[in-house]
Formats: sequence, structure tokens, C-alpha cells
Amino acid sequence: MNTLVYTFHFYLFGLIAIASALAFVTRKSPVAAALWLVNTMFCLSALFVMLDAQFIGAVQVLVYAGAIMVVFLFVVMLLNLGQASDVTDIRGLGGRLTAGLVGLAMLAELFALSRLHFPRLVGAMSDHANIVNPVSAPLFQEYLLPFEVTSVVLLVAVVGAVVLAKRGDNVS
Amino acid sequence: MISEALFFSAVLFTIGVVGVLTRRNAIIIFMCVELMLNAVNLSFIALSRLHGSANGQVFVLFVMTIAAAEAAVGLAIIISIFRHHKSVDLRNINLLKG
Repeated sequence: MNTLVYTFHFYLFGLIAIASALAFVTRKSPVAAALWLVNTMFCLSALFVMLDAQFIGAVQVLVYAGAIMVVFLFVVMLLNLGQASDVTDIRGLGGRLTAGLVGLAMLAELFALSRLHFPRLVGAMSDHANIVNPVSAPLFQEYLLPFEVTSVVLLVAVVGAVVLAKRGDNVS
Repeated sequence: MISEALFFSAVLFTIGVVGVLTRRNAIIIFMCVELMLNAVNLSFIALSRLHGSANGQVFVLFVMTIAAAEAAVGLAIIISIFRHHKSVDLRNINLLKG
């Protein structure tokens, strides 16, 4: 039973991710595309959690859905690319009904799952009492040098971004 | 679940490639690259689960950091291109075309 629930949700999130990615590629408006991509990233985060990578799932939401996509939307806004006609399109009755049904289904599922004893993942890799330790131990021991180099890369990227985006004096 | 995760990862990566090849808006192409990175991350997580070690998750952290750096620099380049061309349509940006 628990394995069935697990499998069902795994497929559910995977299929939602793929559907959102398809919607993302086919949208005309950059804003709508970005929001579909955020949806894909949330589903991927759920998949990460189901694959025993809870910390990575949280980081995915924080960094990708939170930070990187906000930067993208910020640039779209800065360049004034989100055409108003595309952004404010509100779908017809069918779209609203579908949205409401999906929302209700997800709420019902949430309630059902909170009553259910959620399955302990099959063959769990890490000790569930501590989910950060399996990631952080190799990060700060085995991969300490790449970790430090990454911080330098980030610094270079920040400086480069400022230099590139700065309005120079000799802009042609 | 590993094979399913790898399947989802492959499909997402393919969608990203299709987006990069078919779209013309530079920002959307950039987001497609992010989608491809995410698909690879899913592969990393699934395979790290398969091997029962967290090293794959460490690599995912690195990929995310590099993706953040790439987004910052790439969007700065897009802003600077927009100042020059007044558009981010890749059809207009063919200065290096032979």
C-alpha cells in the first residue's frame, strides 16, 4: 500500500513536471514561461525529496525557484518584455474549472496524506534523523577544494555581472 | 524508481534541447538551459540514490551554484545586448555569422 502511494506520487510529480516543461517551452510570453518553469522546479524538488535527497529538495526551492527565477523575472521586467496582452490573459471557464479541480484534488490529497502514515522510503539511504549530514560531510571533507573554488567562481560572476550590466560611458 | 527518474530526466532534458533549438527569445533559451541543468540534477540524485552515497548530491549543489553564477553573467550579457540592439531576438544578433 505504501509503496503504491509512493509510486503514484512519483509518477504524478514526474508527469506534472514534464507537462509544465512542455507548457514552458510553448508559451509565448516570457513571464508565463518563467512561471511554468517554476512549477517544473517545484515538481523536481518533490522528486528529489522522494529520492531521499531532502536537503537538495529544499535548496532547489530556495535557489532555483526562489533566487534564479526571480532574477529571470526581474530581467524580463527590466527589459519590458512581458507583453501586457499575454501577461494578463485569463483563461476561459474551462481553464478556471480545471485549475479549481486540480487545486481541490491536491488539497484532498494533502488531507488524505496527513491522515495516512506516510511511507518510510524503501531502502532509505540516509539516517532520517539527520538529512544534512550525508551531504555536508563529503562537501566539507572530500570536496573542500571544489567548494572553495566555487565561492571564487561566484565572486567572479558577481563582479562580471556588474561590469557587463553597468551602463558604460562609451555605449554605442 | 531509479529508471523512472532517469526517464523523467531524459524527457526534461529533451524538452530543454527542443526549447533551445526552436525558440528565438534569448531569455527563454536561457531558461531552457536551466531546465536542462535541472534534468541533469535529477539524474544525479537518482544515481546517487542507486549507489547509496551522497556524493551525487554534492555535485548537484555544485551544479546549482554554477547555474546561479551562469544566470547572473548571462542575464547581464542579455541586458547589455538589449541596450545595443533594443531586442533580445536572436535573429538580430548575427554579428559573428560568416
